[in-house]
Amino acid sequence: MSALRLFGERVSLPVRRRLVVVLVGAVFVLLGGALVSLYTGNSSIEAKITTGILIGDYAGASPFEVFTVLDVRLPRLVCALVAGFALGVSGALFQELTENPLGSPDIIGFTGGAATGAVLVTVTAGGALVGTAAGALTGGLVTAALIYLLAWRSGLDGYRLILVGIGVTAVLGAVRAYALSRADLEQATAGLRWLSGSLTGRGWDDVAIAAIGLVILAPATAALHRSVSRLSVGSDLATSQGLDVPRARIAIAVVGTAWVAVAVVVAGPISFVALAAPHIARSLSRASGAPLFSAGVFGAVLLLLADVVALRVFSPTQLPTGVVTAVVGGAYLLWLLQRLRRGTA
Amino acid sequence: MTALPHESRDSSLSSAPPPAGDALAMRGVSLGYPGRTVIEDLDLRICARSFTVFIGPNACGKSTALKGLGRLLAPSKGAVLLNGRDLARLKTAQVAREITMLPQSPIAPPSVTVGELVARGRAPYQSVFRRYSREDERIVRESLEVTGSADLIDRPVAELSGGQRQRVWISVVLAQQTGILLLDEPTTYLDLAHQIEVLDLCARLHADGRTLVVVLHDLNLAARYATDIVAFADGRIVAEGPPADVITARTVRETFGVECTVTTDPASGTPLVVPARPPHLGAATPSIRPTDPLHSSERTP
Repeated sequence: MSALRLFGERVSLPVRRRLVVVLVGAVFVLLGGALVSLYTGNSSIEAKITTGILIGDYAGASPFEVFTVLDVRLPRLVCALVAGFALGVSGALFQELTENPLGSPDIIGFTGGAATGAVLVTVTAGGALVGTAAGALTGGLVTAALIYLLAWRSGLDGYRLILVGIGVTAVLGAVRAYALSRADLEQATAGLRWLSGSLTGRGWDDVAIAAIGLVILAPATAALHRSVSRLSVGSDLATSQGLDVPRARIAIAVVGTAWVAVAVVVAGPISFVALAAPHIARSLSRASGAPLFSAGVFGAVLLLLADVVALRVFSPTQLPTGVVTAVVGGAYLLWLLQRLRRGTA
Repeated sequence: MTALPHESRDSSLSSAPPPAGDALAMRGVSLGYPGRTVIEDLDLRICARSFTVFIGPNACGKSTALKGLGRLLAPSKGAVLLNGRDLARLKTAQVAREITMLPQSPIAPPSVTVGELVARGRAPYQSVFRRYSREDERIVRESLEVTGSADLIDRPVAELSGGQRQRVWISVVLAQQTGILLLDEPTTYLDLAHQIEVLDLCARLHADGRTLVVVLHDLNLAARYATDIVAFADGRIVAEGPPADVITARTVRETFGVECTVTTDPASGTPLVVPARPPHLGAATPSIRPTDPLHSSERTP
């Protein structure tokens, strides 16, 4: 294990070389994905003109082209990056909280609650976008609070949390199905589209929400990182090593929930990224610490690539991004686990 | 050998002079889990620099008592005292520099290497920005040397054998540089050679001046290594004191419900428990000698 030491040892951090290499690789993939999503699309704009628009030189660009690059492609790219990052971090946080590789915000019920809130708003209020987001946020927070409350037993126990989450999620699924069955066709279609998770139509309002979330949550997560990493030896040894485990667990639950809220508001209930990103980060980097940051980076990679595929591969038909994340992320995770089992990874 | 910090640091901690003798004590302590009290109104003293072994049948409360001493469980009644100070009023990080506990089945994070795992033991001395200083690195190395595991430092923990892994876990708690070590069944799942290896290591740590409290199942090994033994049954203490006083046929009957003969261990002179032959096996066949201390000591060089 190498270490980064600065200022006469006042700062000293353990460093895994492989993790650094993997993260640099991931950043290159992100850059590639960003270029594809900015430079290609249904309306073909010359690369030179796109570059000009991006650096603020609008000479030779039509207002439509400026609009497409700056108000359609760019906010969509930023939303994909932020939502993916948020999902990856929250997945890693919930896996550490539940001490379970399948612990993810989907299982904790937040996503299900958000989806139910959004569907109820869509079906009853007709589904203005802001209304849907507000419904999702409210539904998610109420469900999360309910699940934590039901699972609370002189502390947050991971196993109990998962069981209660599964129970509540099942009930919410029934509520959703009932609401959709009572809605007229148009509303039901809109509700279903939102449910599969999509980045279509994301604008700068969404980026603003994402930015506020990032500004608050990034420092909170950085501060939490050490506790999460210390918890990974189990709560008994972590306590013995001086960690206030109950307090750390609550902090992880709150911050993890907040990250999912950001992702759901920005991109809808994107499935699978939160579950797969931490595993991908861990098995590629073989890092032992809590893979919070790297899980976030790989969440961004997953969602960005999925969005590029959703937009471009079946062009001009656009698939909901959530459909692609499930297929791509699921297949990749299976392949990775298979490789790990054979001991070649 | 890893330096014992509690000696050098005692000056800073001795605002309340520790009452002579007791490193840890329980006064009227009740311990348990939600809806289930395991231990009620327990009084217990762990002498400073002793090698105390907890024995008793499964679910007798010995592990629960150990967790109480290590502050993994907060008492619902009574107080646990660390050098005369109430454990519940001390800061978690401060306690972690004086007591450490190795749980029965500790969890190694996936793909962690030995060096990284042992470095976790440095947590109570680290901060957000100061996470792996040269001193940490030195102490990690020393803690591995003490247990004879220095050559494993870059190996993934998942690849180690049972014996190697247990030595590494002991290095993890050594890296915490505490004067008091609590070990919950450190020899379980190990073969005889590795059990002895781990207990020899414990004896060396004890000889270096540490206080050890260890849960063990093997009474004969307990009698060999312990300076003090505490026998638990049903959440109570049946007997406590030096092995020669505690390991008697009567204590074994009261604790485990097993009839036995207690004789002298020919190798160490400590008590040796020989369970009685169950009646359904009938009379001893000539090829197997009856449990006769004379025979066994004659045969042992």
